[in-house]
Amino acid sequence: MNIVRLAPTLLRRGDLGVLFAGILAIAMLGIHYWTGPVGDRVVIKRAGTVFLNASLDRAFNVSVPGPLGITRIEVAQKKARVLSDPGPRQLCVRQGWISRVGEVAICLPNQVSMEIVGRVRPYDSLDY
Amino acid sequence: MWDGCGHMTVLTINSTAEDHKLAYLAALAISLMWVEAAIPSPLPGVKPGLANIVTLLVLRQYGLRTAFWVAGLRVVAGSILLGSFLTPGFVMSLGGAMASLAVLSLAQYLPQRYFGAVSLSVLAAFAHIAAQLAIVSAWLMPDVNVFYLSPVFAAAAWVFGLSNGLIAAQLLQRSSHESAA
Repeated sequence: MNIVRLAPTLLRRGDLGVLFAGILAIAMLGIHYWTGPVGDRVVIKRAGTVFLNASLDRAFNVSVPGPLGITRIEVAQKKARVLSDPGPRQLCVRQGWISRVGEVAICLPNQVSMEIVGRVRPYDSLDY
Repeated sequence: MWDGCGHMTVLTINSTAEDHKLAYLAALAISLMWVEAAIPSPLPGVKPGLANIVTLLVLRQYGLRTAFWVAGLRVVAGSILLGSFLTPGFVMSLGGAMASLAVLSLAQYLPQRYFGAVSLSVLAAFAHIAAQLAIVSAWLMPDVNVFYLSPVFAAAAWVFGLSNGLIAAQLLQRSSHESAA
């Protein structure tokens, strides 16, 4: 089979438009969710309820008990990270430091999450 | 059924050729879903969704009604096979499939001269992940900003939508060549 002759029918002109629109949509989501201003506070939740709401100005470590064990969270230099977590995949630990408003690290198995918020929580279109 | 002498006889369900075709296509989709469940995923919820190739082929060759049946059977019977029936995973699977079909029911009217299987596949993949994020946000994790991860999920939908669409386009082309020959 001749791939050069075949390719245009597999990928038609409108398909390229859809793919390009898809890239635009991904970029807009990225800009909207990942380039927010630097946050002021971290809200740590355990099983859906607020465990701690603290300023990022002062460095500290905190241990959050969950159903699997202790999730340790570190705050330093206006950033926060999960130091250790008993979950099997370690996704929230590998995520590293977070500092922008709206950024979250979720340790799903241990039901612990932390989110960076501003002094006043910003509203986006989803909140309306 | 009554045999006319007042005795009960064997009740048979008459299955049509249409039923056999549906069952065959659903079984094909379920086996793809099942194979895929064995592949480890880097992030929960990120999967190629190979069974959607079957949905696309069925949509193009037999129409929306058959695609709806095949996808519905796949979600229900597949989840029973995988042991996830009526779990949150099943609800997400069902929600994703229904959102995909809703988008496909509109997108199938795009002129086929310009919009091939890749367009359908990418649009359906975006609808799929949007519905699943909405379900997680509204029902499973209402207190967590799950949309923060939406660019990652959207990018995965784009990649797998493209690859599944190319596979479907290739298969459709081959089958149209065969029927022409």
